[in-house]
Amino acid sequence: MIWKEILIRYGELSTKGRNKKDFINRLRANIRHTFTDIAPLEIITERDRMHIKIENEDQFEVLMQKLPTVFGIQSFSPVAVCEKDLDAMKNLALIIMEQFKEQELTFKVEVRRSDKKFPLESHEIQREIGAHVLRNNPNISVKVKKPDVELRIEVRQDAIYMMAQIIHGAGGMPVGSNGKSLLMLSGGIDSPVAGYLLMKRGVRLEAIHFFSPPYTSDNSLEKVKVLANELTKFGANIRLHVIPFTEIQVLIKERVPSNTIMTTTRRMMMRVADKVREEIGALGIVTGESLGQVASQTLESLTAINNVTNTPILRPLIAFDKLEIIDIAEKIGTYETSIQPFEDCCTIFTPANPKTKPKVEKVNYYESFTEFDELIERAVRNREVYKFPEENKVKDKFEGLL
Amino acid sequence: MIYLDNSATTKPHKEVLDTFVQVNESFYANPSSIHQAGVEANTLLDRARSQIADILHTEEQFVLFTAGGTESNNFAIFGVPKANTHKGKHIITTEIEHASILEAVKSLEQEGYEIDFLKVDENGVISLQELQDKLRKDTVLVSMMHVNNEMGAIQPIEEAATIIHENSRATFHVDAVQSFGKLPIAFNEDAGPDIISISGHKIHALKGSGIIAFRKKMNIIPLLLGGGQEKGLRSGTVAVPQAVAIAKAARLATQNMEQRNAEYRKWHNDLLEFLAGFGESIHLLSTKTGAPHILSFSVKDLKGEVLINALQKRGIIVSTSSACSSKQKKTSHVVEALDIHSNYKKGVIRLSFGAFNTQDDIREFKKVFTDVMKELKGDKNK
Repeated sequence: MIWKEILIRYGELSTKGRNKKDFINRLRANIRHTFTDIAPLEIITERDRMHIKIENEDQFEVLMQKLPTVFGIQSFSPVAVCEKDLDAMKNLALIIMEQFKEQELTFKVEVRRSDKKFPLESHEIQREIGAHVLRNNPNISVKVKKPDVELRIEVRQDAIYMMAQIIHGAGGMPVGSNGKSLLMLSGGIDSPVAGYLLMKRGVRLEAIHFFSPPYTSDNSLEKVKVLANELTKFGANIRLHVIPFTEIQVLIKERVPSNTIMTTTRRMMMRVADKVREEIGALGIVTGESLGQVASQTLESLTAINNVTNTPILRPLIAFDKLEIIDIAEKIGTYETSIQPFEDCCTIFTPANPKTKPKVEKVNYYESFTEFDELIERAVRNREVYKFPEENKVKDKFEGLL
Repeated sequence: MIYLDNSATTKPHKEVLDTFVQVNESFYANPSSIHQAGVEANTLLDRARSQIADILHTEEQFVLFTAGGTESNNFAIFGVPKANTHKGKHIITTEIEHASILEAVKSLEQEGYEIDFLKVDENGVISLQELQDKLRKDTVLVSMMHVNNEMGAIQPIEEAATIIHENSRATFHVDAVQSFGKLPIAFNEDAGPDIISISGHKIHALKGSGIIAFRKKMNIIPLLLGGGQEKGLRSGTVAVPQAVAIAKAARLATQNMEQRNAEYRKWHNDLLEFLAGFGESIHLLSTKTGAPHILSFSVKDLKGEVLINALQKRGIIVSTSSACSSKQKKTSHVVEALDIHSNYKKGVIRLSFGAFNTQDDIREFKKVFTDVMKELKGDKNK
C-alpha cells in the first residue's frame, strides 16, 4: 500500500494560546476514542495539523470511512510515501493522479523541501514531476493560481511524502472543548438532531429520557438507547439517564385541567432534567424544540416551561423547518430509528385541545395544590443510567440455540 | 438396536432437541405479535432464517418455513404452474419422484395440465437428452428429485438446470429432501435450481418441519391462505421452535458433511462388495455412483417384509424401498421404473445411514445378514 499517513487540518481555530492546545489535545483524544477498535494509533500533533500513521490497509479503510464524522476536522488527506529517488517520485505522482483521470482539470505541483541535502532544488522537482504528470495525463493542464488539484510533495529527512486529495471533514469543534450539557432525548426525529448540532459545536452530551411504562414500551426505550448510541459515533461517550416518569405523569393527569396537562408535564420534565443536570455538573439543557411545530413549542408555551429554571436552555432547532431537520436526521443516520412507531412519553395523555398560549400564573396556580417536589426527587433518585457506546455487547440471548 | 432406516426418518440430535425445548420454554410468543416477547421471537426466527439463507446461498427473504417435505413439494408443484398459466400448462418430472410430487402432478393432470415423465436407466438416472427433447415453449415447471429415496440415484441437477434455463422459461424445482446435508446443494447466481425443498426430520431435526427456498423472487401462489405470514406465501403462525431447530440441524448437517460422506462411502462400497458375494441371490439396485447414504438391494424370490422381520428380530432396523409406500402391497413405482427381473421385485430392502451410525453397526449388519440368509435361503456368502 502506498498510503503511509493521513494528514488532518484543524477546524475553526480562532482560539489561541492555551485554548488552542486544549483544542488539539481534545481532538486527538476524540480521534483515539473513535478508533479504539483499530488502536493504538500513532498521532503526531503540530501547531496547525496532525498526522496519523497508517500501519495497514484495514486501518486505512476504517480511517477514511469514519474520519468525516469527527468534529474539529476541517479536511484531511491521505499521504503516500516513496523513497528519495526521482524515478520513484515520478511513479508515485502518476499513481496518485490516477484517481482524477476521468475529468478535465488543472493542477500544480507544490514542493516543500525540508531536507536541504536533497540533490534537486524545489523548482527542479516541480518541473520534473509536473512535466511527467502532464505527459501521461492529457486531461490535466497546469494552472498556478487556484488549480483544481494541488499535488503536494514534501522532501523530509526519511522519505518523500506526497498527497493530492483533500477530503472535507465534519467541521465544527472537537466534542468536549465547549463543556457539557444535558440533552432531552425523546426518541423523535428532532432531539437527536439537536444533540448532533450541539456536539458539532464542541459540547459534550449526556442524555435524559422520560420512561412511562406501561404507557410506553420497552421498544421505545430500546429506540432511545439506539439513538444515544448513534450519537456516540460523533466522537464521545454518552451517558443516558432514564427517568421513571409514570408516577408523575399519572398524578399530573389527575390534578391539573386537561388543557394544561401538556404544559405541566413539560415543566415537570424540565424540573427533573434540571436536577439531573446539577448532579452531573452540566451547564445547559438541550432540547429539540422548533418554534410553532406543536402546541408546546409556541413562544408562550416555551415561556411557561422555561419558567421553572434559570439554566440556559439550548434550542438549536428553534428556527429550523421540519424538512430541514429531517434532512440532517437522514444525514447523521438517526432518521430511520426515530420514525419507528412506538409511543413516546410526549404523545400519551395529550388532550384534544392543549393550550397553545398558557399563562405562567395560571399554570403555577394549578400546580400549587400538588406537592411535586418529593416525586421529582424520587424520580431523579431512581433513574437508571446507561453508558454508550456499550462496552461489552450484551450476551447473545440466543446463544447456543442456533 | 441398530437403526439403518435414516431415509425414512432420523433420530433428532440431542442439541437440536435441547434447542427445541429451550425455544418452547423461553421464546414461545407469536413472532407476529408486537409485544416484547413477540419481537424477541421474531428476532430469533430471523436469525434462523438467515442461517439457512447462508447455507443455501440465497437471501433471507427467499427462505420460508413449512410443515415438511410434502408441503414444500406440494407448494412448488401447485404454486408455480398456477402463477404462470400465461406461459403454459406443461410440466416435466421423472417417473421415480416421491409421492408428494407424483400425486400432486396427477392432480394437476386432472385439471388439464399436461405432464411428461422422464424415464430413468438401470442406474435410476434420467437422460439429459430426453429432458432437452421434452422441454417446450409452454413448459412452466420441471421438478426433479436430487437423490432418489428408494435407491439413492443422483440426478445431474446442475446440467439439467443449465438445459432447462437455456431452452425454456420453466422454473426448476429440486426435491432435495434426501440430499440436503448429504450432498452439496445450493443456489448460485446464474445456474442451478430455482426452488429447493428440504425436510427437517431427515437431517436429525423434528418431524413437522421443512423449508422451501427460492433462488430469486418467485412467481408462486401460496398453498395456505390466512394471516399472511412468511410474506403472504405461507400463512399460519410460524413454528419458531421448529424453525430454529431445523436451522441448527442444517448447520450440523452441512458443517462436516464431506467427512461424514467419506465414511458413508466407505461403508457403501464395503457393503456393495459384501452383497455381491451372494451372487445370484442378490440383485443390487444401488450403484457405486449413487448417494453414499442409501443402499438398496433385492433378495431373489423373497418378500422384503420377511427379511425385515428376520433382521428386526436380531436388532437391526431396515425398511423396504420406501417407508411411505411399504404398507401398500403393490410394487414400488421406482422398482418398476428400474425394470428389474420379476424374481427380484418383491424382495427389495433399503439400508440408509445417519449421523448416529458407526463402523460397528455395519460390521454387525454383515454378520447378522449372513446368518439370516443362511436361515432363510440356506445360502452362504461365497
